[in-house]
Amino acid sequence: MSDTPVIGVLALQGDVREHLIALASADALARPVRRPEELAEVDGLVIPGGESTTMSKLAVLFGMMEPLRERIRAGMPVYGTCAGMILLAEKILDPRSGQETAGGIDMIVRRNAFGRQNESFEAAVEVAGIDGGPVEGVFIRAPWVESVGAGAEVIAEHGGHIVAVRQRNVLATSFHPELTGDHRVHALFVDMVRAVK
Amino acid sequence: MSTLPSTPQSAESPATGTARVKRGMAEQLKGGVIMDVVDAEQAKIAEDAGAVAVMALERVPADIRKDGGVARMSDPNMIEEIIGAVSIPVMAKSRIGHFVEAQVLQSLGVDYIDESEVLTPADEVNHSDKFAFTTPFVCGATNLGEALRRIAEGAAMIRSKGEAGTGNVVEAVRHLRQIKNEIARLRGFDNNELYAAAKDLRAPYELVKEVAELGKLPVVLFSAGGVATPADAALMRQLGAEGVFVGSGIFKSGDPAKRAAAIVKATTFYDDPKVIADASRNLGEAMVGINCDTLPESERYANRGW
Repeated sequence: MSDTPVIGVLALQGDVREHLIALASADALARPVRRPEELAEVDGLVIPGGESTTMSKLAVLFGMMEPLRERIRAGMPVYGTCAGMILLAEKILDPRSGQETAGGIDMIVRRNAFGRQNESFEAAVEVAGIDGGPVEGVFIRAPWVESVGAGAEVIAEHGGHIVAVRQRNVLATSFHPELTGDHRVHALFVDMVRAVK
Repeated sequence: MSTLPSTPQSAESPATGTARVKRGMAEQLKGGVIMDVVDAEQAKIAEDAGAVAVMALERVPADIRKDGGVARMSDPNMIEEIIGAVSIPVMAKSRIGHFVEAQVLQSLGVDYIDESEVLTPADEVNHSDKFAFTTPFVCGATNLGEALRRIAEGAAMIRSKGEAGTGNVVEAVRHLRQIKNEIARLRGFDNNELYAAAKDLRAPYELVKEVAELGKLPVVLFSAGGVATPADAALMRQLGAEGVFVGSGIFKSGDPAKRAAAIVKATTFYDDPKVIADASRNLGEAMVGINCDTLPESERYANRGW
């Protein structure tokens, strides 16, 4: 079907499967993307949760980082969760040596800002633009956003920290809606993809 | 995936240590390689090579085999040094049933506890009650029943129990195939048969039913034991492992940094023989390895735990 958006999930590492399921239930055609030629075929992309250092290294190593930057600049909608949020930041506060990002949102992120695994938590989060009450926020060794630039809109906070941001076609959450049965954030992203398709 | 029931939550009182947070942590490791390291320097090499996590332990399994004696939890100093050296998650091993070692590891802030047969078991009847901890646990299993018993005790991730420290992948292959075949068999059962299956598997009926419906374990399944080459890692993934632990295979080889990076590549592109071929070039000496059929029963780690 031509108006069903095709949305890729960057499948270098991380919880790819859960995003594929969430996207499918939000009425998108979802498929894993590992190669530049696969990236060229999708209308939008999800960068999943995982280890941001590993994902960034693999993206550079397998020639995905530049094509990804180009598509983001050209307006392809992208949604990043947790590690994906880090990859979409223009700047990381505490990068590992050589850790690159694709950029897309004018924000500075702090990695593992909410602490180690023992501090990982679930909490209800109100997200601007999502109706029907707060979403179930699953935060796993999660980053937060230290600050955003003028173009970026803060759409959720938790405990006084920024945990979800949108800038034009790029969306990022430090929590993992894909680990819950609530797919409203994915539905919002699918709508963003539909709007530019 | 299984959608876990939602936990009562509010912005004021966030819930830590929930099943979702514990199992969700393992979901983030999928498609990745977890590497055994014995000091901060090795941990950095592993992180630079693209490891998704490191397993901090005093001796790699190959040395535990060689040295003999009782193998225990690592020195807290050494674990803390490794935690301080890298930003990726740090795991550490407790002995089977040694819940005090697990308490110590939790207090050190490790991200995952491996209740491991590689160390000498502390209890020959009971595994640790893993629900009592905020830190999630990974446990080994040779078959589906064992995996489900560990999950019933609170394990949030399962790995095979391939013979660690041998450089021989044959046992991990056996365990993965066994688990996969048993799950496939459950898929064909009707409700009447699932009760008997639970009895045969010596596992709770609810978990057996869940596996039959999902067609997979309700937690992440990794391979562990015997992976020494990029092709070994890719083999385990093609057999259904969602990621790979590599123990002695990296730091007992000729060029650990290069081999580590090669295994990471092959784990991501596990279904692309060209990438695996490129990753396999000029890696230097692999670890020598031990043939598992020459191992006496008493030295088989997979027999530890039940």
